[in-house]
Amino acid sequence: MNAPLHALQAQTGRVALSSVSIRVGSGADAFTAVQEVDLDIAPGEFVCLLGPSGCGKSTLLGALAGHLQPAQGRILLDGAAINGPSPERGLVFQHHTLLPWRSVIDNVAFGLKMRGQPRAARHAAARALLELVGLGGFETRYPAQLSGGMQQRVEIARVLLGQPRVLLMDEPFGALDALTRLKMQQLLLDVWDRFGTTVVFVTHDIDEALFLADRIVVMSPRPGRIIEDIRLPFARPRDASLSTSADFNTLKRHLLALLHHDADAAPLPRLSPLGAVRPHELQFAI
Amino acid sequence: MTDRRFTPSAWLLPAASLLVSVLLWQALAASRLHLGVVTFANVPSPVEVLRAGWDLLQSPKLLFHLGHSLVRVFAGFAAAALLGIGLGLLVGRARWARSTLLPPLEVLRPIPAVAWIPLSVLVFPSSEVSMIFITFIGALFPILLATIHGVDSVDERLIASARSLGARRWQLFGEVIVPGAAPAIITGLAIGMGTCWFCLVTAEMISGQFGIGYYTWESYTLQNYANIVVGMLLIGLLGMGSSALIRFAGRRAMPWQRGGA
Repeated sequence: MNAPLHALQAQTGRVALSSVSIRVGSGADAFTAVQEVDLDIAPGEFVCLLGPSGCGKSTLLGALAGHLQPAQGRILLDGAAINGPSPERGLVFQHHTLLPWRSVIDNVAFGLKMRGQPRAARHAAARALLELVGLGGFETRYPAQLSGGMQQRVEIARVLLGQPRVLLMDEPFGALDALTRLKMQQLLLDVWDRFGTTVVFVTHDIDEALFLADRIVVMSPRPGRIIEDIRLPFARPRDASLSTSADFNTLKRHLLALLHHDADAAPLPRLSPLGAVRPHELQFAI
Repeated sequence: MTDRRFTPSAWLLPAASLLVSVLLWQALAASRLHLGVVTFANVPSPVEVLRAGWDLLQSPKLLFHLGHSLVRVFAGFAAAALLGIGLGLLVGRARWARSTLLPPLEVLRPIPAVAWIPLSVLVFPSSEVSMIFITFIGALFPILLATIHGVDSVDERLIASARSLGARRWQLFGEVIVPGAAPAIITGLAIGMGTCWFCLVTAEMISGQFGIGYYTWESYTLQNYANIVVGMLLIGLLGMGSSALIRFAGRRAMPWQRGGA
């Protein structure tokens, strides 16, 4: 079923950023999280944004998703300016954002429901994607009844159902245990192989970036700027043995040096693709 | 957890505690203890209360008073729930509503519902409506504030994700914000139900002609002291029962919370 989809999507999903700066926060707390970023991503490319915590890579992702507005510069998807969030730019967070009150299948089918598709059709489509991510049989569970890895698989299925041109992922496996993370990385590569969607994957894990990406874009600490853009020479499909190869380790050493060039600086707090956490203006007690 | 409920220690101790309390009450009432500051000379004993309760149970007066009280509570509570949840959702989500509706509500909020009684008697020619109004005022603020709090506490990321998946403004409301705020709203409703009974009983004592609060006060003026305690116990029972009913309905409406973390 995915062959024609793959062919279609290989033509779409071109991302172009030109001198993008993003400011986060308001008033005296505002700061420049991303500065003067130029980046071109080809259709179907798997790009990892690598950088230390708080460097603005998630902020950049939030702007791509349409949840943040750049203070300057332009972001284009297939030549069109990004204007607010849309299913064509699917966003996956570090912790799942499934609706706790909806069953797994209703969560996956959520996007189709928003577009007014009848229940039977959207459930059929959702069931097919759940099979694809290995969760056939879990349709009627609630998210809280699943493990962290399964929750992220549901999340990925839900985003894929919108047939996104770009998949935006913000450290999606960062909260999982090591073994589950490896499985999820493999699953993501399988899914990407079938759908051919452009992927922008934010991580601070060098091994993860090296295993997954076609291309690694390294960002500096705040304000985030691109300091390196590496195209990986590794063939696909990849498996775990890649991480013991000489090329892998040479690149890993290089990236480690890039990330640690100012190891003495205090670590910055993690940023969110949604910008600064909005303080609630009012507090009451009953 | 389900097993523990049936072990003897889980119900034996509470039951024994209740029994001792009743026995203590019986002893104090029977001895007509007079301690200066407090006197038990006029306090009916549990046995007298039980007898009075039995008598009331068989007389048509019970249903009559209960019916009046229940209708008032239901009317006041329903109005408060409608307005409280509606306003709460609006104030919680819309900036303009927060800055226009909240200030007057914040001024009214600290006024106890009971303080509204004289004014409401003046404003509403029907004493029935004025009592319902007091009940309404009592429940409104707990429900309103819980709803605002519930809307505020909905995870921003859930909203962002739903928007990324294509949810529009109203879809966002029905699919994310209302269910996300629902646990807080249910808590607000349960608290509001408690204050409803509190306010109703007070209003009935002051301006009522029927109803369980009126019955309790009337028993005092007619010196049927045992009936006072019967009325008190009935009020407690009704308040407890209706709050439990709301929590039960809440659990039924939110099955995801049962298996949840």
